[in-house]
Order: sequence, then C-alpha cells, then structure tokens
Amino acid sequence: MPSVGDRHIVRSYDDALKKLHDALARMGGQAERQLSQSLQALEQGDDSLAHQVVAADPRIDADEHFVNEQTVRLLALRAPVADDLRTVIASLKIAADIERIADHAASNARRTLVLNREGAPAGPVRALIRLGWRVQALLAEVLEAYLQHDAGRALAARGLDQEVDQLHSSLFREILTYMMEDPRTITACSHLMFMAKNIERIGDHATNIAEMTCFLVTGVPLTAPRPKGDVSSSEGLLPVPDR
Amino acid sequence: MPEVTADTKMSARAVRVHYGSKEALKGIDLDIPANRVTALIGPSGCGKSTFLRCLNRMNDNVATATVDGDIRLDGQPLYGPGGIDPVLLRMRVGMVFQKPNPFPKSIYDNVAFAPRIHGVAGDRDHLDGLVADALRKAGLWAEVKDRLNDRGTGLSGGQQQRLCIARAIAVRPEVILMDEPCSALDPIATAKVEELIDELAASYTIVIVTHSMQQAARVSHQTAFFHLGSLVELGATEQIFTAPTQQLTQGYITGRFG
Repeated sequence: MPSVGDRHIVRSYDDALKKLHDALARMGGQAERQLSQSLQALEQGDDSLAHQVVAADPRIDADEHFVNEQTVRLLALRAPVADDLRTVIASLKIAADIERIADHAASNARRTLVLNREGAPAGPVRALIRLGWRVQALLAEVLEAYLQHDAGRALAARGLDQEVDQLHSSLFREILTYMMEDPRTITACSHLMFMAKNIERIGDHATNIAEMTCFLVTGVPLTAPRPKGDVSSSEGLLPVPDR
Repeated sequence: MPEVTADTKMSARAVRVHYGSKEALKGIDLDIPANRVTALIGPSGCGKSTFLRCLNRMNDNVATATVDGDIRLDGQPLYGPGGIDPVLLRMRVGMVFQKPNPFPKSIYDNVAFAPRIHGVAGDRDHLDGLVADALRKAGLWAEVKDRLNDRGTGLSGGQQQRLCIARAIAVRPEVILMDEPCSALDPIATAKVEELIDELAASYTIVIVTHSMQQAARVSHQTAFFHLGSLVELGATEQIFTAPTQQLTQGYITGRFG
C-alpha cells in the first residue's frame, strides 16, 4: 500500500499552507496579548500599556489582509479539496474572528484611557476584569485547540462561553444599579457597559473559532445551536430577578 | 452484500477481473443510480477503466481477461447463460472513448451507422430525424447542419468528441460510459462536453472515468475512488471532495499519495 503522508507531492503547496498556518498562529498570539494587556491596563490604571494596545492593532489588520490574499491565491491556483479546502476556508473565517477580537481589545484600551482619567466605581471594574480573564482563558484554549486540530477540546471550550454570557448579564445589571444610584457615574458606567459588551463579543468570536475548528477537523459543520446564557439584551423587558 | 435499491440502473456485486494471472479487480460492489452521473477516479492501474469496460462487456475482446461476479442492467444479468445478448447490451449501454474516433465517413454516416446496423431506422426521413436529433442532443447541430456530408475526421477535436457522443446516443442507449472523454480536448471543448454531460444526465445514466479530479467534482453526482483493484470509497461527490471518510481517498485527491 502507498503511504498517505502529511506532505503534498508538490512541495510548494505545503509551503503555501504553512505560510497560512503561521500567519494564523501569529495573529492568535497577538490577539491574546492585546486582550491581556488591555485588561492589565485597566487593572493597573496603566495609560502607556493602553496606548500600546491601541498602537498594535494595525499589525493584526495587516496579517488579516495577508491571510485574505493567501486564501484567494490558494483557492485560485491550487483548487484545494478535502482537508486542504477546509483548512483554507477555516483560516479565512478564523482570521476575520481574530481581527474582530483585536478590535474589541483596542476599543477597550481606548475606553480605559478615559476611565483612568475619570475614575470608575471599583465593584463593576473588578467584575469586568474577572469577566475579561475568563474570556482570555476561553480564547487561549480555543486557539490552542485550533492550532492543534483538536475538535474535542474546541467543543469543550465552546461550552464555557455560556458562563461568560451569564457573567455578562449580571455585570450589566450591576452597572445599571450603579448608574441609578449615582448619576455622576453614568459616563464611566457607560464606558464599562460597552467594555463588557466588547468582552462578551470576544467570547462569541472565540466560540466561532471553536466551531470552525470542529468543521476543519471533522468535515461536519456544527449545526446544533450553542446554549445562550446572556439575557442582557432583554433587560427591562423581562421581570428582573432578585438581586 | 449490499442490497440493490429501486433507482439502481446497473448493479455490480463481487466483480473480479483477471488479466491472465493478474487480478485487476478484487471484488467490486457498486450501484449505478439511474439518471445520475457516476465518476470513477483513482490512479493509473487502479481498475477504474477495467470496471467501466465490464459494464458493456468490452473486456470480452481481451483474450486473457476473465470476469467473475454479477453485473446487472435493470435486474437482468450481463454475464452467464441467461445474460443479455452482447450486441443488444451495447445498444443499451453506449461508450465514448478517450480519443475522439469518428469513422472515416461523413458526419451523417457516423451518426447513422448504429441505427442502420441495429435496424432501428425505418425510411430515409426517419433516419434523417434520428441523425438530426442525436446531433442536437450532442450540441453539435448548429455547427454541422450545413455540412453533413463532410468527413467527420475533418472536424476539430472537440467537435469530433461531440460527434462520437452523437453517434453513441443515436440508438437511444440507456447508459453512456465515458472513458476520459475530455483528456484530449482544450478547456473550451471540455466545457462544452461537460455541459453536454449535465444535459444528458436528465435522460441517460452516465458513468465517467476521469483523471481530472476537478472534472469529477464538476460533472458527477456520486464519486467512486478505486485503488489497487478495490473500491476504497463511494459517496456523494460533494462529500468526497469536502470530507472524504477514508485516508486513502483524502491522500489521493489532495495530492499526498506517497
């Protein structure tokens, strides 16, 4: 029997796919760093770190452009099939998710600069940072599963997002309470609310990456809906549970 | 052994072929569904053409070849004492070859040849009708209607191949076998033949052997991957090309075959 190896007969095909993989690994690492630095900047009131995060965002945008070009080139020139096709499609979609994640991190860094100047209520800031580290762990786990082509790990990580959604909902209510009790906190609390939403969105992008990883590995798209734990978009509509 | 389903046009069970002492097919079970295009893919020597040639007993002409197993057309066996008469069989199961091979006759006589010898043509008007109809179905009518008496061999390669398809469909076969029908054609002529395959699938059952993976992906509904005389994987074409279940299939179609 002939062996089916990891390598293509045409070596330049492997080179092209490796370039894609390397770009995704770079983007993933960079996005993780952006998120963790944005959280540190908030935690430590560090303006210069926040500026760093904002300044680093264009690098990820450039990487995303590279991935877009590389996937179009691979599709046009190699007509990939089977797992190669899934690799290319997953790269394209995951690069877009990572780029959005970095955008959200940069947006939070910009808002952190305002909060550092204005001051913000300590309780919600602590809760926000806790939520942020939770999402940071989710993102790291999902990216690792993607780079290792581990569908089981990706699927397990995807389940963690429900907890993130629940934390976001309760944080949303906590921030509302602060604003009602002391209108002077409205500016800071509005920023906190957007920051919480950004972090919740990062969690959603991480679950997208987990889903693409499952498709990449198994060839079967995940169709079962993910359980949603976030009810903040219905706040004011539903009876408010006891606090 | 897998059961034969209702929409099956041809079925093969435990088909083994030997060329002398060499085993070319090692027990193939495969159903060809009616009005669908089935693509047979695999590396050279995998047995796909051998299998195709079993479907209208073309291997009878190879002295050293022996065919075992059961092949049926609409439930009737092809081989054995109760088998369909091979001449009738080849009327019902037509074939188009790799290299366009029109007879050294006029375009008209090429298409009229089989209806004449099978005696299906009545008078001249009827035969004219059959020829025009076959040329239309083969998408060649507009290009040749004013020069039906020109020699078929004077046409371009792509036109010649469509003439051969017209010749094959002139006797209204039920199944058309194609053995790499586009390997000698340029991309435009290939596209025309592929468009033709699409149209013909509405009224015929088609089995195509091709070395072009992209062609199999473009024209077929189901794809069978052969390797070393065995059927490794059979599936919907979309599934084979996006998520094959066998490592060998994946290695072959992605070009990672060692």
